[in-house]
Amino acid sequence: MIHIFRNYLLIPLLLLLAGFGIATYGVLFPTDTLVARVLTYENVMLALQQHMGLMFVSMFGAIIVGVLVGIMLSRPKLYYLGRGVENVVNVGQTVPSLAVLALFFTILGLGFRVAVFALFLYSILPILRNTFAGIIAVPDSIIESAKGMGMTPYRILTKIELPLAFPIIVAGIRTAVVINVGAATLATFIGGGGFGDLIVTGLSVGRTMVIVSGASLAAVTAIMLDYIVGKIEESIVKWA
Amino acid sequence: MIKLENVTKKFPGMEKPAVNDLNLEVKKGDVCVLVGPSGCGKTTTMKMINRIHEPTSGTIYVDGEDALKMDPIKLRLDIGYVIQEIGLFPHMTIEENVATVPNEKNWPKDKTKKQVNEMLKLVGLDPEVYGNRYPSALSGGQRQRVGVARAMVSDPPIMLMDEPFGAVDPITRARLQNEFLRIQERIEKTIVFVTHDIDEAIKMGDSIAVMRNGNLIQHSTPDELLSSPKDEFVANLVGRNRSIKRLHLIRIREILEEVDRAKPAPEDMPLDDIKKRVSDSDIRSVIVVDNDNKLKGVIGVSDLKRKTGEVAADYMNEIEQSITSDATLNDALSVMLEAGEGYVAVVNEDDVYQGTITLGDLLNVVKEDS
Repeated sequence: MIHIFRNYLLIPLLLLLAGFGIATYGVLFPTDTLVARVLTYENVMLALQQHMGLMFVSMFGAIIVGVLVGIMLSRPKLYYLGRGVENVVNVGQTVPSLAVLALFFTILGLGFRVAVFALFLYSILPILRNTFAGIIAVPDSIIESAKGMGMTPYRILTKIELPLAFPIIVAGIRTAVVINVGAATLATFIGGGGFGDLIVTGLSVGRTMVIVSGASLAAVTAIMLDYIVGKIEESIVKWA
Repeated sequence: MIKLENVTKKFPGMEKPAVNDLNLEVKKGDVCVLVGPSGCGKTTTMKMINRIHEPTSGTIYVDGEDALKMDPIKLRLDIGYVIQEIGLFPHMTIEENVATVPNEKNWPKDKTKKQVNEMLKLVGLDPEVYGNRYPSALSGGQRQRVGVARAMVSDPPIMLMDEPFGAVDPITRARLQNEFLRIQERIEKTIVFVTHDIDEAIKMGDSIAVMRNGNLIQHSTPDELLSSPKDEFVANLVGRNRSIKRLHLIRIREILEEVDRAKPAPEDMPLDDIKKRVSDSDIRSVIVVDNDNKLKGVIGVSDLKRKTGEVAADYMNEIEQSITSDATLNDALSVMLEAGEGYVAVVNEDDVYQGTITLGDLLNVVKEDS
């Protein structure tokens, strides 16, 4: 019992407490009336909801597309294309997230959906790259002995390649989650909402307390999600 | 059982074919060893049999059927396959690894389980202890055993083995070879075995195919290969000390009955009797066994002077190394040389004393043969 608590629950509980503490402190002890008007439970909850919405919808799509495309590119026939795409992805990753949002704003306009789409594209990259790299990294000797024993290509993919690449794919997902939660704070500029609203409002009214509340809540969310994905991986991968 | 006719393999972008117009036949129940320097095409030849590589031209018959016209998946399911790197799946337990082919064949769960346990026992791994471990928790030798068990689990009539004992130390390798030969005697698979080690080839093969630059130079029994190498290349490969290599060909049990040696002494034998035994013995020492005839130790002439006591157990020294009767004479020779003694005690798997082999016995064998 204590074992489960220490291994799985302690850190999420501390993080929840921290997030709750930050929000409550801001609401209960505002430095002035302006802060009190911005930092209400309703506003914080709304920002959290929007932020989670942005994150979950875009991550859901990014995981599906990233993993599927990664698998496709790792097939022997597309291998060289895969190497090319890997390079493009690496370059794509260096484009600042703000620029990505701005770019889609000019093409698609404002709103939650546009923000989700930009985040989705931005999160695909690490997942796709890691899926491809993880499958490619499976030693040839393992693939050959599977093939030599009569496994079909589909069985080799599902029974050998994907399970062995799983830790690397999950590492990509973790990277994507952290980037995603951070970049989602920028969604406010194109009307996507989220904790970014708090930060930008804080900036425009010149109240540090509001800025810090928004920023630290976003940070706590990122750490929490990273931790959860990591624990899921740990409980699935028993062989390493 | 396996027949290659005019088989040629040319890899794209290579000028010379990797395997050139090769004809080879392996009889049912035989171990055919492909041997030659690296790059001679031996592994490529083997991998064409289960169509990991497709021949450029030529025909391959497996059990009378044209393998190139069969469904490769079906073909491979009935051919056991062990490669040098073993290729155990690191994310599966030993049990799951060995169950690979049964799972591909959709065997019922209990049949798979039973067969997997039996196989693990056959290769000397306790399924209770090792079944649920992952490959990373096993030693090199144990992994090789798992690889062999995995290849044999569905009882395929044919096995392809590419340097299956390559990645372990010489002592473990000799033990694995002996165990494998003992198993093979019982199961009589048709085996194509690839190695670059001529000693291993001579020891393991019913027939040996020497390859060079993609061509088959000589295919004959080990005896023939040693006595009449076809050309200089084969002679060089076999080496100068051919009479010593013959020791690889003979197992200890084959000569054990011929040698006449003093009986072992029971632990509780009185001093006078021991003195007589030791002086009667042609190696001036006598082996000591317990009531179950298990090997306990050895008494030499000098021990009788140096030590005091009433019965054999008081004079006895521990024996550092013994050998099983299915080892080769060459194994016996190396044990003698290592121990610095002119004899080695032979036991069975349960450590029961079987007899003694001396350096003189080995000399006689080499003399008779040449």
